[in-house]
Amino acid sequence: MHNTETITALCTSFGNAGIHIIRISGDKAFYVIGKIFKKGKSQKTFDVNKYDSHTIHYGYIFDGNKCIDEVMVSIYKAPNSYTKEDVIEINCHGGSFVARNIIMLITKFDVRMAEPGEFSKRAFLNGRIDLSQAEAIMDVIKSQNDYALKSSVGHLRGDIKTSIEGIRENILNEMAFIEASLDDPEHYELKDYGNILYEKIMPEIGKLEKLSKSYKEGRIISEGINTVIIGKPNVGKSSFLNYLLNENKAIVTDIPGTTRDIIEYSINIGNMCLNLIDTAGIHKTEDYIEKIGIEKTLESINKAQLIICIFDMSREFDEEDEYVLSQIKGRNSIVLLNKSDKKCNIDLNRLKDNNIDYIAFSTKTGEGFDLFTDKLENMFYSDIIDVENEIFITNVRHAEAINNAVQSLKLVIDNILNKMPEDLLIIDMMDAYNSLGEITGDTVGEQLIDKIFAEFCMGK
Amino acid sequence: MNNKQIIEYNYDVAVVGAGHAGCEASLAAARLGYKTVVFTVSIDSIAMMPCNPNIGGTSKGHLVREIDALGGEIGINIDKTFIQSKMLNSSKGPAVHSLRAQADKKNYSAEMRKTLENTDNLHIRQAEVTKILTEDNIVKGVVTSSGTIYYAKAVILCTGVYLKAKCIYGDVSSNTGPNGLSAANSLSQSLIDNGIEIRRFKTGTPARIDKRTIDFSVMQEQKGDEDITPFSFTNKPSDIEREQISCWLTYTNETTHEIIKENIDRSPLFAGIIEGTGPRYCPSIEDKVMRFADKERHQIFIEPEGEYTNEMYIGGMSTSLPEDVQYNMYRSIKGLENAHIVRNGYAIEYDCINPQQLKLSLEFKNISGLFGAGQINGSSGYEEAAAQGIVAGINAVKYIENKEPLIIDRSEGYIGVLIDDLVTKGTNEPYRMMTSRAEYRLLLRQDNADYRLTPIGHEVGLISEERYNKFLKKMETINAEIERVRKVYVEANEETNAVLKYCNTTTINTGTSLSELIKRPELNYQKTAPLDKERVALEREVTEQVENMIKYEGYIDRQKRQVEQYKKLESKRIPDNIDYFKVGSLRKEAIQKLDSIRPSSIGQASRISGVSPADISVLLVYLKGK
Repeated sequence: MHNTETITALCTSFGNAGIHIIRISGDKAFYVIGKIFKKGKSQKTFDVNKYDSHTIHYGYIFDGNKCIDEVMVSIYKAPNSYTKEDVIEINCHGGSFVARNIIMLITKFDVRMAEPGEFSKRAFLNGRIDLSQAEAIMDVIKSQNDYALKSSVGHLRGDIKTSIEGIRENILNEMAFIEASLDDPEHYELKDYGNILYEKIMPEIGKLEKLSKSYKEGRIISEGINTVIIGKPNVGKSSFLNYLLNENKAIVTDIPGTTRDIIEYSINIGNMCLNLIDTAGIHKTEDYIEKIGIEKTLESINKAQLIICIFDMSREFDEEDEYVLSQIKGRNSIVLLNKSDKKCNIDLNRLKDNNIDYIAFSTKTGEGFDLFTDKLENMFYSDIIDVENEIFITNVRHAEAINNAVQSLKLVIDNILNKMPEDLLIIDMMDAYNSLGEITGDTVGEQLIDKIFAEFCMGK
Repeated sequence: MNNKQIIEYNYDVAVVGAGHAGCEASLAAARLGYKTVVFTVSIDSIAMMPCNPNIGGTSKGHLVREIDALGGEIGINIDKTFIQSKMLNSSKGPAVHSLRAQADKKNYSAEMRKTLENTDNLHIRQAEVTKILTEDNIVKGVVTSSGTIYYAKAVILCTGVYLKAKCIYGDVSSNTGPNGLSAANSLSQSLIDNGIEIRRFKTGTPARIDKRTIDFSVMQEQKGDEDITPFSFTNKPSDIEREQISCWLTYTNETTHEIIKENIDRSPLFAGIIEGTGPRYCPSIEDKVMRFADKERHQIFIEPEGEYTNEMYIGGMSTSLPEDVQYNMYRSIKGLENAHIVRNGYAIEYDCINPQQLKLSLEFKNISGLFGAGQINGSSGYEEAAAQGIVAGINAVKYIENKEPLIIDRSEGYIGVLIDDLVTKGTNEPYRMMTSRAEYRLLLRQDNADYRLTPIGHEVGLISEERYNKFLKKMETINAEIERVRKVYVEANEETNAVLKYCNTTTINTGTSLSELIKRPELNYQKTAPLDKERVALEREVTEQVENMIKYEGYIDRQKRQVEQYKKLESKRIPDNIDYFKVGSLRKEAIQKLDSIRPSSIGQASRISGVSPADISVLLVYLKGK
């Protein structure tokens, strides 16, 4: 058990709740929040020691210079907390996307994901919960551990398991050879093995990094792409939307979005899911109410992962179109020229001059829809992932374990370059091996010894 | 009147067997002031080396240094009697440097016998122990084949391979121990009668060949080190200098392998005559050839049995093939074409116990005051035996004194790893120590065994005040030197860079600390001497540790943190009387395992196979609730 380690987890149920609470418990909780939280509008550095226990603070979570979310942070100083340890609770916006980002950020600071039921367990072990609750808690721990085991092994896609097991096996083989030569130097020669090991470890790092990248992709798959449709009034935004809805059996939802915008529709297109955020049209106006709507739209555009920008092909390009176009500079966007069934009056060279790819589209004939789908897939899956055949990671714990393994293997590489002796390289190789074991559900046992004897003829 | 008179003696400690475990056990008990008797089937077989003629080797060398650091005898005895010394793995990291010495077998045995004979409170008795006396699960003493009773408060079983020993080669077998020494055929039954589970293991040894019939000119000479390191911390290199004798290297070839394959059906192992489980570390040559069929040749080390004899040990070719096959097989090897076999290779089967019946103190769980050490516990090797011997000897005394037993944990020594592995995980083959079994091996170096264990040996009472003070002084010197080196600042100037260039390492533009330079792969403590004006000459045993502590500081700190985590779990004790069936929420398999092994701490419980992290959580919660 790692009772002194600092742990974190989402305390609200994963899903699209309007608000999420992330809890951090342990010695490092206050240190971590100081690193990632800026207090107030002025975004001041946050020092927990300056504030009382049981106080709540408004501010922003930052990953370096990047603002992740606007949050409320509560402080509970030990022993006056649920776990009797130092506890921080972060109230962030709903939608699992933001919450996961914050958790991933927290785990970069030597904080690990809590086991299921671990907060309660600590609460009990630290004397917070009275004895009568002990039995119940044991059952909870047990059932949750069983669940965790299932979700780490049973729910793991077969190909992920195979892939991770393959990488582990390769690491194990290398460790077994090194150990064999350490235990039987007269039979197994290690001379200059560093170079060979370097060549063997690098591809494994590559594989793991690919898996790690796939986590982001996997997240898109499981959570959908936050998308805004923009264009000036009457270019066909609504008819495009209706077209998607009709063609794709969309689930019309009222799920609260990650940005307090309303995701109106969740539509599956090909292998992806678009979370469409409702926005007002963009056009020049003096109307106060309309202005607020447009500002809101511009804010949505800033936070969206994809912008679908619609122009009317049958009309000439005007100033307002120009303004719309300026909004998508440097953003993930797809430009659709609607009404391709009508006569083209738009100056296509204007777009070409700006290096803007466009798709001629007709909501009447369906022309351009396939191109649109292809473009979408190219954009989000690039060469990294082929949903049908490649594997991807969707679980935050798995992503964390893979990142840890990558870190350990990189240390191996560093130390090979520093000409550290092989027996020390084993320490980091073993860490990587164990991290990956957390995914496949294998605990350390006698595998290394068994492997040595299976592969190498040892002893006199 | 012809009444047989029953003779009775009273001792504090009775040690059954005077091999490497029995010697350490009886010496420890006697030196701690307790009246001790040690039994041997033959007075001439005290500390006998029936197999390989060496002490130490990878990880075994660590054990020897640790036993010495605790106040044991094996290190001192091999320092007296070695004929070649070598530091293995010296080009690798400090954690795996391992000392190995070739012994003069006869001399080794004679010197150990002399030590035993001259130790106060210790009696040697040539006799076969046939029975353990117990009363209400408490040991009371032992009975010998003549019916004599030796009452003892504690009994240590160090029976080696002698319980129902059976030597086998080809279709020839005899119910004896090594070298025709008589087997102990009755004691197993007495153990079974006392509720102890017995199993059967096997091991083997190669033939011995007459030196005069070997052509060494076609073999590679294997010399000892020029700078030798003593095993015992009480010796300086200069104390043990002597002329060294070489070993020789040759190889098996395709013909050898053909001979073995053609006759494999005549091997008692493959024919199923041998029931016992053999060690994976020291497979017989027939096993090697059959299991690693694609290997074109295997190394064979020809090692002298001692200066007193022409017999040479054929390392790497242990066998139980029939005599005629042995002749053909050995003679197919380069340099052995005219070999004359003095003794055949053979396999030996013997009774041993399931070590999971023991506590970490090596006391039997179901019989108070009865201890086991060495091969009877399922281990193999002289060093493994000696390590358990000293611990069992100390703990027999602790038992008599009604004190907490000495338990060396996995972070303190290979001895701890060895005993914890045996007792907690059990073993299905003769267990050999390996460096890969130690999690914290960077901390468990052979060079710092005294740092780790001499304070414990002193507290126990096996380290004299004089030796302890010397040790404290050495530690002081090491710490002072580390402190000093850490403060040394090296200027970036021509003189410095000339030294750095000479050592083929990059030059510096700004000043840096000496310890940073020592950490560079091209440099070490020795090589940086010209950059360190204040340095005074120190002993190698000091500078070696200074260098290791500085050079591998990062890794050492990491391992120390791991040990902290480990210690937390080890310190969570589980009460002896816990009823696992009442804990609730534990899985059935876990209940069974926990109930049979009865771990003493949460840490130990977590290492039992079949006990999951969920079970450990449940246990933690349960214990907290108690």
